[in-house]
Amino acid sequence: MSALPTRSAMTSELKLHLEQTQAKAISSLTVVNGELTIKAPRDGIVKLLTFLRDDSQCRFETLVDVCACDYPTEVERFEVVYHMLSMRLNQRIRVKIRTDEATPVASVSGVFPVANWYEREAFDMYGVVFSGHPDLRRILTDYGFEGYPLRKDFPLTGRVEVRYDEAQKRVIYEPVKLVQEYRNFDFLSPWEGMQAVIPGDEKAGEAKK
Amino acid sequence: MADDATTKIADIDDRKFTINFGPQHPAAHGVLRLVLDLDGEIVDRVDPHIGLLHRGTEKLIEYKTFLQALPYFDRLDYVAPMNQEHAYCLAIERLAGIEVPRRAQFIRVIYSEIGRLLSHILNVTTQALDVGALTPPLWGFEEREKLMVFYERASGSRMHAAYFRPGGVHQDLPPELVEDIHKFCDPFLKVVDDIEALVTENRIFKQRNVDIGVVSVEDALAWGFSGVMVRGSGLAWDLRRAEPYEVYSELDFKIPVGKNGDCWDRYLCRVEEMRESIKIIKQCIDKMPVGPVMPENSKYAPPRRAEMKASMEALIHHFKLYTEGFRVPAGEIYACVEAPKGEFGVYLVTDGGNRPYRLKIKAPGYAHLHAMDHLCRGHMLADVSAILGSLDIVFGEIDR
Repeated sequence: MSALPTRSAMTSELKLHLEQTQAKAISSLTVVNGELTIKAPRDGIVKLLTFLRDDSQCRFETLVDVCACDYPTEVERFEVVYHMLSMRLNQRIRVKIRTDEATPVASVSGVFPVANWYEREAFDMYGVVFSGHPDLRRILTDYGFEGYPLRKDFPLTGRVEVRYDEAQKRVIYEPVKLVQEYRNFDFLSPWEGMQAVIPGDEKAGEAKK
Repeated sequence: MADDATTKIADIDDRKFTINFGPQHPAAHGVLRLVLDLDGEIVDRVDPHIGLLHRGTEKLIEYKTFLQALPYFDRLDYVAPMNQEHAYCLAIERLAGIEVPRRAQFIRVIYSEIGRLLSHILNVTTQALDVGALTPPLWGFEEREKLMVFYERASGSRMHAAYFRPGGVHQDLPPELVEDIHKFCDPFLKVVDDIEALVTENRIFKQRNVDIGVVSVEDALAWGFSGVMVRGSGLAWDLRRAEPYEVYSELDFKIPVGKNGDCWDRYLCRVEEMRESIKIIKQCIDKMPVGPVMPENSKYAPPRRAEMKASMEALIHHFKLYTEGFRVPAGEIYACVEAPKGEFGVYLVTDGGNRPYRLKIKAPGYAHLHAMDHLCRGHMLADVSAILGSLDIVFGEIDR
């Protein structure tokens, strides 16, 4: 349905090629749902992306997207994901690296100019710092915004709200005041998620076997 | 005395100044603030300030079930709403392994192409407006209204359709509607010809667009362009052909390609794509089989109304689907479609629950607008609006 057979053959060929040439720069290489994903160490990212762009069997000349993803429970909580596309060879690849709040990731805007804004967005939304970025300003949030809105620990309602103040004749910022507490519904069925054994039901599991 | 004054004025570099273009400017196509550094009338630097329409779509989606998240996609590129829904549905379907019924695939293609027409009519005619012609938008918008009525007759809503659902489309098309869409096709080609007669070879339009905002193939790759922005430069790249989804591989259509990569070539590509879209719609209407538009007996699709009246299980299923929602297996996927503006992608990360863990929206306009600085340097101030027009910018998808 999704991937053509030729494409999957190309993907496995590319996988083999990368395993042979870039074994040191890659920590893992997987094909899931027909998509090739590389997990790489943080330090070598610029070199790896340059290789992927210039190598004759890769030619990933378009950087489609750079985004971050937050896993607050893990040590290095942020995952930075690069999606690349080769229009000439019609293939795609995904490269992932890990980082935390403090450790900067080397910017790839020197290799792909388009990365400039994508990295600004990742910085704006998650606070991932990119070293060597020419212009690391916030991009989508308001002027003077504080905090990183897409982090999992940032409240959905935000922290401040704006309104026009008739007395001061200007727009003012104040902490969010909700008339009703924000309710985050968890619709997951308790029956399916339940782990504890119900009294008198100890043999239910055995019967299935 | 008079000599003194003139020398003093000459000392100050009064050619360099900075102006604000927008956020409320009719040629800014929405809420865009451009800070322009000018040297006389020549543009030195462009700094786009975006985010004035930022609504936090990606954050909101993380707090909604998969079905509740769908309508947010209509509100991204609100000129062609269903094309966005399409990418999102494809992502879920590929991750969960849902098979889309054939009729639904055809309906999706028809409505994707109607979305393309909606977007291209708007862009082609407002680009003419940006350089001074008022009539084309008036002619174009009449046709857009007809297309929006097709949206409304299928989904109940002119713009925010929420019509594509994971698994298919919400409801089947009535035969009269299919007939009316077919009746729309040929007269529309006449309208395209009329608009072309008005605009394409118009002396002023050509003076304002030919050789303006030239994109080379190297630029198009380095700046992450997609859609018409690469095709205008001569790369025949179209996701409908390169990574065929739905039934595009069975349809016969051409990919119009430009030569010079300037604003005029991109305009021509869009006009030609409209004709190809009509061709696709006609083929779909001819080939469309009769059958279901949602998978039957699937936990991802609601049961039929009639069934719910008699079957307790169907009622429970309906209730569970619209409260708890369905679960998508843990994993990640990047699904993209050829939206009118370029490659619209959805990167979906799931943890096995009933809500997306992370959903990144890859909007084509974001990369295109980013290149404004690169494209506008050395051009005249008046060319900024022509270049901006040919990029096909909609702020719903850029600011998200």
